[in-house]
Amino acid sequence: MSRDKILAALRQNQPELVPLPAAMPLERVEILELQAKFKAMAEGIGSTVHLVDEFAAIHPLITARFSGEKRIVSTIKELVSAGIPAFEFDSDPHSYEDVDVAIFKSNLGVAENSALWLTEDQMGIRVLPFITQHIVMVVPLSAIVPDMHTAYQKIGEAEYDFGTFIAGPSKTADIEQSLILGAHGPRSMTIFIYA
Amino acid sequence: MSAPTKTHPELSAVFNKDEERVNWHDETLWWIRQKRDKSANSIPEWEVLREKASQIKSNALSNLAGYLVSFEEKAKANGIIVHWAADAQEHNQIVHQILQKHGIRQLVKSKSMLTEECHLNEYLEKQGLEVIDSDLGERIVQLAKEPPSHIVLPCIHKKKEEIGDLFHQYLGVAAGTSDPQILTEAARVHLRETFLTRKAALTGVNFAIAETGEFVVCTNEGNADMGAHLADVHIACMGIEKIIPKRKHLGVFLRLLARSATGQPITTYSSHFKKPRAGQEMHLVLVDNGRTIQMGREDFRASLKCIRCGACMNTCPVYRRSGGHSYHNAISGPIGAILAPNLDREKYADLPFASTLCGSCTNVCPVKIDIHQQLYKWRQVIVQEGYATSAKKMSMKIMNYTLSSPGVYRTAGKAGRWVLKYIPFAVNNHFNPWYKQRDMPEVPKESFGEWYKKNVK
Amino acid sequence: MKRVGLFIPCYVDQFYPNAGIATYQLLKKLGLDVTYPTGQTCCGQPMANSGFEHLTQDCNQLFVDNFAEFDYIVSPSGSCVLHVKEHLHTEKSEEKAAAVRTKVYELVEFLVDILQVKNLKAKFPHKVGLHQSCHGQRGLLLTQMSELVAPYFSKPQQLLAQVEGLELIDLKREDECCGFGGTFCVVEEAVSVKMGKDRVKDHLVNGAEYITGADMSCLMHMEGILKRENSKVKVLHIAEILNAG
Repeated sequence: MSRDKILAALRQNQPELVPLPAAMPLERVEILELQAKFKAMAEGIGSTVHLVDEFAAIHPLITARFSGEKRIVSTIKELVSAGIPAFEFDSDPHSYEDVDVAIFKSNLGVAENSALWLTEDQMGIRVLPFITQHIVMVVPLSAIVPDMHTAYQKIGEAEYDFGTFIAGPSKTADIEQSLILGAHGPRSMTIFIYA
Repeated sequence: MSAPTKTHPELSAVFNKDEERVNWHDETLWWIRQKRDKSANSIPEWEVLREKASQIKSNALSNLAGYLVSFEEKAKANGIIVHWAADAQEHNQIVHQILQKHGIRQLVKSKSMLTEECHLNEYLEKQGLEVIDSDLGERIVQLAKEPPSHIVLPCIHKKKEEIGDLFHQYLGVAAGTSDPQILTEAARVHLRETFLTRKAALTGVNFAIAETGEFVVCTNEGNADMGAHLADVHIACMGIEKIIPKRKHLGVFLRLLARSATGQPITTYSSHFKKPRAGQEMHLVLVDNGRTIQMGREDFRASLKCIRCGACMNTCPVYRRSGGHSYHNAISGPIGAILAPNLDREKYADLPFASTLCGSCTNVCPVKIDIHQQLYKWRQVIVQEGYATSAKKMSMKIMNYTLSSPGVYRTAGKAGRWVLKYIPFAVNNHFNPWYKQRDMPEVPKESFGEWYKKNVK
Repeated sequence: MKRVGLFIPCYVDQFYPNAGIATYQLLKKLGLDVTYPTGQTCCGQPMANSGFEHLTQDCNQLFVDNFAEFDYIVSPSGSCVLHVKEHLHTEKSEEKAAAVRTKVYELVEFLVDILQVKNLKAKFPHKVGLHQSCHGQRGLLLTQMSELVAPYFSKPQQLLAQVEGLELIDLKREDECCGFGGTFCVVEEAVSVKMGKDRVKDHLVNGAEYITGADMSCLMHMEGILKRENSKVKVLHIAEILNAG
């Protein structure tokens, strides 16, 4: 059986145990500095960032930006209104193929690369953040951490079935290194950071 | 094992017939190297990070059997079906059987260098199945019926006009289109249709976590996720060396991977697959295909640390001027040249020699593989195992005889500068490759030795 | 007084005696006791880099026999020095070989690190392009490497800065390989030539009158290209510039 053959060959050929290194020291950075860094990184990779003083300011901005879109879904119930319908679960992921805008709440953002962490329970359904034409992410300022080391410290041993870091709209530069936003996933990413 | 029809020197000679194109290829990749530099320089602790990554990989390799067992146990508990494949053929058969079981004849596949290494597409197509590559670059080379020329940038050798022609022929784009925006949009429409209609999706794996049984797939396009989350069956294929011990180690590797590859701070998507979604079947194939043998070669073991970022290709002055296809192997460039001889010394005997040993690859490697030192060491192995051509062997023996005896050296030197005949830049005096495009050094009236004798002693 | 053994690589001996002479004269000017052991031939690198390290035993033994007695072994070639440092082993006298490996120096590192030369009396009123030879740079750390996130330094530049009238030009790619690579230059003729042409061009478009460096083999390669292109630009070993005026 290949499994046993492979494991036996490894046990024979792998070297003496090499210890793991000490972890990288965790950075402590001022929150305002984190916000500025996050915004700069996000804009650098094609996202739009809105800094708002309170959560209530987000709804009108979304409506203004996406009023022309046909199918909008929000997985954040506080943002649901006549213009922004709530996400409704359908076990067939294909049923979301015509979603124009999908809205998610992230509780972890990383300043060094503007990645936002989403787990399946925050997505409604796994395919949604990818299949939607435009993605909107809402993240509290207090959820922004300096770097990936701190991010994984925060994730810790959390249980999730599926989780992903998303940094910007989907993109490709496969044709002569010309950067094109909107490869297979969202064409744009709008981020709201609220205090 | 079969010998290649053409070697790296022959294939790069062909590539170099169009100098303008070589310039374009070189500049494009150099630009990516510069983006990598800028990105690396934005992290003051970059060199420490590389060292940590290298050490984590050392640990992972030194306990790979243990980590694989732990990974398998966790993955199974998470509901993932785990398979083990000793070689490429077994890997291909496993994938085929999974598809057969579900009566699936069409597969959408995101980037996986492992499946390139195993020639999965050819295998499945021979069985009458259809495979569509969903990474834009991979789709382009697939339409062109070529292998990828770069592990991260599969169609970096193609000009937009050529891509336009392909899309005109296969996707119905208007003739003469070369705007990357329009071409990308055409591919988006074409592949969205593919994603929505395929029952099975295959992805690669960037990292697999022994501690949790989850695996991570990184893309910019979102194609791995589109495929996997829409399909009834998700098959992920990985080389056994992709295991890292703990989830928190992703912090180190995800900081390095995209910055090294393209200069991006992180890929757009870093997706952590832990359990299949409700109603979905998730398979994971663990592949050896020579890796356990490489593990036993102390000098070359560190090559298994590779995280497939492609930085060594972008920085390699030879790769930039010879193109990925000149390496006639699924993985090209410096890392390909140290991985390939493990599988077939005869077929890939030329690859470790396709380098000036300048060492730039080693310096950009995010996991600090001593690539250029391994190229040097493979040269010794290849020669000792008898794969050096006999002509080269002869000239080397003559040179060694001359250089190891001062008497012969002086006489030969006087008798018309033996070096002209036997030193490496003029090994072949019948058809001197130095002289084709370069002048020979002028022969001075006296050697340094003669000057010294006259003027000092 | 410490004794210096002058190691002149085979191709420098045969083709570029002036680089050897300049090295000898420079070291003498700096007041050193310099000897050129006449039994020397080659370090064995051409063979080893071609995969024939196992054939270099006699070569290595000869090297040890010639140089073991000196306090320092100095050579105007980074590549040959690196080879000796990394690969010189002998069956008969490994202890001596080990000692040789630690006391062999490339000229620039010897001048900067050991002699700590701060005030060279040299004059060379020309625009000069500095080629960072890979083995000297990445192997012997003569200059910080552009791939690393680390503070910049350059030992050859430190010396060239002491030369009166010399203007160092900037290059678009500060430390790209010239494509010589030993047997690479004939085995991989097409790529080697293209690399050489590109490297030379960087110097030419930035106005170099001379291209210099600490490794004659790279300079020989670029000279071959320059001459074929009928260029007036010349190559000079760094010793020749440091010894000029």
